[in-house]
Amino acid sequence: MLLELKNLEVAYGDYQVVWGVSLNVDEGEVVTLLGPNGSGKSTVLNTISGLVPVMRGDILVSGASIIGRPTHHRAGLGIAHVLERRRVFPHLTVQQNLLLGAWHREARSKRDATIAKVASMFPILRDRANQLANSLSGGEQQMLALARGLMAMPRLLMVDEPFLGLAPQIVEQMKDIFENIRKTGIAILFIEQNVRLALSMADRGYVLESGRLAVAGESKSLVNDKTVRKVFLGE
Amino acid sequence: MADARQTALSEALSEPVWPASPPLFRIAGVALAVALLAYPLVFTGTFSHHLMIMIFLHAIMAQSWNVIAGMSGQISLGHSLFFGLGAYASAVLYVKLGVTPWVGLVAGMSISALVAAAIGIPTLRLRGHYFAIATLLIGISAQIIFQRWEWVGAASGIWMPIERNNPWLAFQFHGTKLPYYYLSLLFCTLSFAVVWFLQRTRLGMRLLAVRDEPEAAASLGIDVAWHKVVAFMISGAMMSAAGTFFAQYVLVIDPDRVFNLELSVLALLMVVLGGTGTLWGPALGAAILIPLSEFTRTWFGGTGGTVDLIIYGILILLICIYQPRGLLSLVTERLRRRVDTL
Repeated sequence: MLLELKNLEVAYGDYQVVWGVSLNVDEGEVVTLLGPNGSGKSTVLNTISGLVPVMRGDILVSGASIIGRPTHHRAGLGIAHVLERRRVFPHLTVQQNLLLGAWHREARSKRDATIAKVASMFPILRDRANQLANSLSGGEQQMLALARGLMAMPRLLMVDEPFLGLAPQIVEQMKDIFENIRKTGIAILFIEQNVRLALSMADRGYVLESGRLAVAGESKSLVNDKTVRKVFLGE
Repeated sequence: MADARQTALSEALSEPVWPASPPLFRIAGVALAVALLAYPLVFTGTFSHHLMIMIFLHAIMAQSWNVIAGMSGQISLGHSLFFGLGAYASAVLYVKLGVTPWVGLVAGMSISALVAAAIGIPTLRLRGHYFAIATLLIGISAQIIFQRWEWVGAASGIWMPIERNNPWLAFQFHGTKLPYYYLSLLFCTLSFAVVWFLQRTRLGMRLLAVRDEPEAAASLGIDVAWHKVVAFMISGAMMSAAGTFFAQYVLVIDPDRVFNLELSVLALLMVVLGGTGTLWGPALGAAILIPLSEFTRTWFGGTGGTVDLIIYGILILLICIYQPRGLLSLVTERLRRRVDTL
């Protein structure tokens, strides 16, 4: 198993936000993490990349626990995290953003090949290579964030709300990009609030409600699941 | 055919492209360099030399503060610590051991870089205001320690013995300020070079990444805390060089002058006034604030020392309200150029 969370519990100070969440992602899978605002989705991803400490439970990557490793040591494990709201480096050019994506040792040694591959996936970024990242549109910034994540040569790409604030036609474009990433064999774990959209892209889904796992399963079965409807529509 | 294109593409993208200055700026740069080199020969008065030396000296201090605050986003409120360490390191080595201040300069910079690491390693991994508070308190503590440290002259400080035979070796010049003028210009140019290179190297690239989006940088494998420590070490060493120069310029140092909190505040003010994180902003700030301070001291005599502080306060208020990105952005915004490389 590529990634396994075992009974993950996370708290900000005295305020616990994640309760006993278990989840796994296998090689090459596309998995979505669903849930309303404040249900703890981003916290789960931030805990996996080490930005938030674990209170109880375990995180395993390829079977080995990564608890206690600082964030910057986790990039080399094959997990790239595209944070919520893109977080491109605004005062660096598109190209510099991409180069920084390949910072950990293994990615750096294969940087030239990776950047050519990534540039062919995102032609718009190649055209804008020497522009400052803060001059890009929202959709372009999201593509840059994804491309920067791919520069780290991950086996698992975690993406936090990739469609947030994007125009409908850009959303379609992003769906194609996700499909292309999946074809290269990279597993994807992504957060999304639009249930229908997310389940149309993912193989499996997990639904969080107030920091607890409400339901999990194949996308097909989740689309008509009663609990999912209850969590999102309050039925 | 497709393969050839692919190769060309990867070559084009795999080396970072650094911003190039437009010809107009290069011409302006050359003109400024000529003007500064010719200045002391045209204006021969002692005060006119002293004024420029003070501007250059303070521009170094501002550039130093710019490296830690502008390029890595950490506010240091105790930068006088490094100024004092630089002044004392060279003075003590010269007076006690007869070591040339040029060696003292390097020693002071090394000590300052080590002290910066010692302060930075525990405080720069914490987010929030810990670093600012720690530097403020350590800066003040250093002054108190040196005021009581008998071996280095305690509150009365250190007098450098006058040496007229080997002015360059002894780093002291009598009867003319010209060597001081050109040396301070050289030091100032070098401090510019540090920032210029940082803006054009991969280290500088990572510093900007760490400054603007620390979480994203960390998730890519960049050690955020360590990069901030490195910036602080560079910054401390630069400030220390200014301290050594100052000690050799006035030849009398004491804790009240070289560990003065006012220096820390002044470094901050110059940078904020000119433009944080820019190449020319810190020097612009120095070129505005230092004449102001020197002239008010002349006009108001003994009380002038407080008048300039009042003016600083007003200026900083105006900047915060009307031009929070600094005076330099008045020019750069109009030119629609990349503010962060100027």
